[in-house]
Amino acid sequence: MTVAGLSAKSITGIAGFDEITGGGLPQGRTTLLVGGPGSGKTIFSVQFLAHGATACNEPGIFVAFEEAPKRIVANLRSFGWGLDELQRKKLYFMDAQPMPDLIQSGNFDLGGLLAALEAKAKEMGARRIVFDAMDVLLALLPDEATRKREMHRLHQWLLDHELTALITAKAGEGEAGSPAEQPFGFMQFMVDCSVILNHRMNISVSQRNLRVLKYRGCSFNEDESPFVIGKNGFDVALAHSRADSKVSFERVSSGVKRLDTMLGGGYYRGASVLITGFPGTAKTTLSGTFAEAACRRGERTMFVSFDSDGSEVIRNLTSVGIQLARFVKSGILRMVSARTITGSAETLLVRIKSLVKEHDARCLVIDPVSALSKAGNELTAHAVAERLIDWSKSTGITLVCTSLLDEVSGPSTNASPLQVSTMADTWIHLNYLVQAGERNRGMSIIKSRGTSHSNQVRELILSDDGVTLADIYTADGEVLMGTLRWQKESAERFANEVAEVAGKLKRVSLDAEEAVLEVRAKSLKTELIAKQVEKALLVRTTASRKRELSGGRSRIRELRGADVAKAVRKRSGHESSS
Amino acid sequence: MSRVPKFKFRLYVAGNTENSLQALSNLTALCEKHLANRYELELVDVFRDPGRALTDRIFMTPTLVKLTPAPIQQIVGTLAQTSALMQAFGLGNLAI
Repeated sequence: MTVAGLSAKSITGIAGFDEITGGGLPQGRTTLLVGGPGSGKTIFSVQFLAHGATACNEPGIFVAFEEAPKRIVANLRSFGWGLDELQRKKLYFMDAQPMPDLIQSGNFDLGGLLAALEAKAKEMGARRIVFDAMDVLLALLPDEATRKREMHRLHQWLLDHELTALITAKAGEGEAGSPAEQPFGFMQFMVDCSVILNHRMNISVSQRNLRVLKYRGCSFNEDESPFVIGKNGFDVALAHSRADSKVSFERVSSGVKRLDTMLGGGYYRGASVLITGFPGTAKTTLSGTFAEAACRRGERTMFVSFDSDGSEVIRNLTSVGIQLARFVKSGILRMVSARTITGSAETLLVRIKSLVKEHDARCLVIDPVSALSKAGNELTAHAVAERLIDWSKSTGITLVCTSLLDEVSGPSTNASPLQVSTMADTWIHLNYLVQAGERNRGMSIIKSRGTSHSNQVRELILSDDGVTLADIYTADGEVLMGTLRWQKESAERFANEVAEVAGKLKRVSLDAEEAVLEVRAKSLKTELIAKQVEKALLVRTTASRKRELSGGRSRIRELRGADVAKAVRKRSGHESSS
Repeated sequence: MSRVPKFKFRLYVAGNTENSLQALSNLTALCEKHLANRYELELVDVFRDPGRALTDRIFMTPTLVKLTPAPIQQIVGTLAQTSALMQAFGLGNLAI
């Protein structure tokens, strides 16, 4: 008989568990599953069998020592594993409950059980087997030596048949004690893999944890992992999702135009956006604009509201011009009131995840995410929020969550109670500015990874027409908002008008002056020409007079009859100069 | 001596294992001593007939089933403690 190598693994189909163990339970080996009452042992083991039968073509046998198989099947039917269908061929429930009035007399062994199993396993070609509530059987065995002997016999039989086995056993109250002290302690040393399920109450909120205690020949996640029993069975939470998320450069609108501009184009697709603020700072409104914009683009969106019902949110958003009702009608938007989801933060996360999956949403709003840390969840809420962001990133969902800040902490003492702020890609902070008897909303981008973003505080204005951002004024080092800003704005507008009119006036008068000057220049020019003409006239008259004079003289000389040659030369010189 | 009804037994054994052999010999001895000619014994070997173990829900061997007189009773083990067995069969007054 060959011994299956430990590297081979049987996938359990349990979300998260296969990741923790690197592929499932050791194939052909035995695993011990220990947990208190109601910790989910039966669900875990039936899911393991159902998955094997459905997905891996590995028929399985369920040996029930404690509960009637009929009741088990009825209880687990709601998980939708198709147990009724599987029972026809690939899944067999063996009712091995000991008769309540069983009389013991002397030693006995499990020969009958093994013979029966042998026959059944052969008949259906079983590869997986579960012994549920082995402690019930062990309690029947008279002493420790017999228990050990019979368990070893069973274990050997399982190994010989290369069955992947899961043995469940109840843990007592002293679960923290060493495994050797337990009645099945020796089994811990016998099996190849051991898993512990815990169910604790933390301030009346239930917390379930799973821990792999040992796994021979295999590395595994040694931490306690929270898990929930959800709609489809077990869901073990992983501290970090392994899937590398694709980084997108695509931008999605925040639904407020100016905010998009401030962010350099909007949020990144698949980013996690955190909107913090005190109560009433329009966090919901800002997430509402995002949801509306997403729906307008035709992207399936889910809006999870912790504070109020979906219809209330829609009504309230309508008052600021955000119309979501039609998208709900068309089915593109799903409103979820998380008030109706009770339970731990883990449960909420799982519920949100499955709802998102169901709705096939690309954009998700959680309002507010700080609701995760309500009473009893403080310890886990941070990890849950972290996984929420991890998960949304790995699935490429653009996540907008709001977070309430209490008045005491404020943004200066740093951020939201869950410290989501450090994980979020974009962090928008909303606050009030109380001034001159008014309370106005201010918005600033505290961070936005990978995008250039405005450093400006803007005033967030809610009106019937929607959400707008307005510049704020600083005057003498003070920020002005609301009425003061309006006053300042109108004052400035008035000043502008005055300046404009004054400018016009000035221009007109300048035009006039210019015209006057032009006219004057023209008349001067005319005067100049007149003067020039006058001057030329003067020159001419002077010259002709000279000529006349000299001509007169030469004429006189001629007449007198002396100096002829000299007079001719002088005359020619005069002509050339005129 | 009161009238004692007839006893019908079925003993499930696992081949020739020690426990099974012991149970068989203990039972035969008891019956021969107290129920001579007033008992029937059917022997089922679950190794040879595992289907029977499955349908009859016999998981521990050896198992003795007392079919009559009512009520039906199951006794597991080597049937070593004779007095306890006699008590269970309602034969306490016959115990030695």
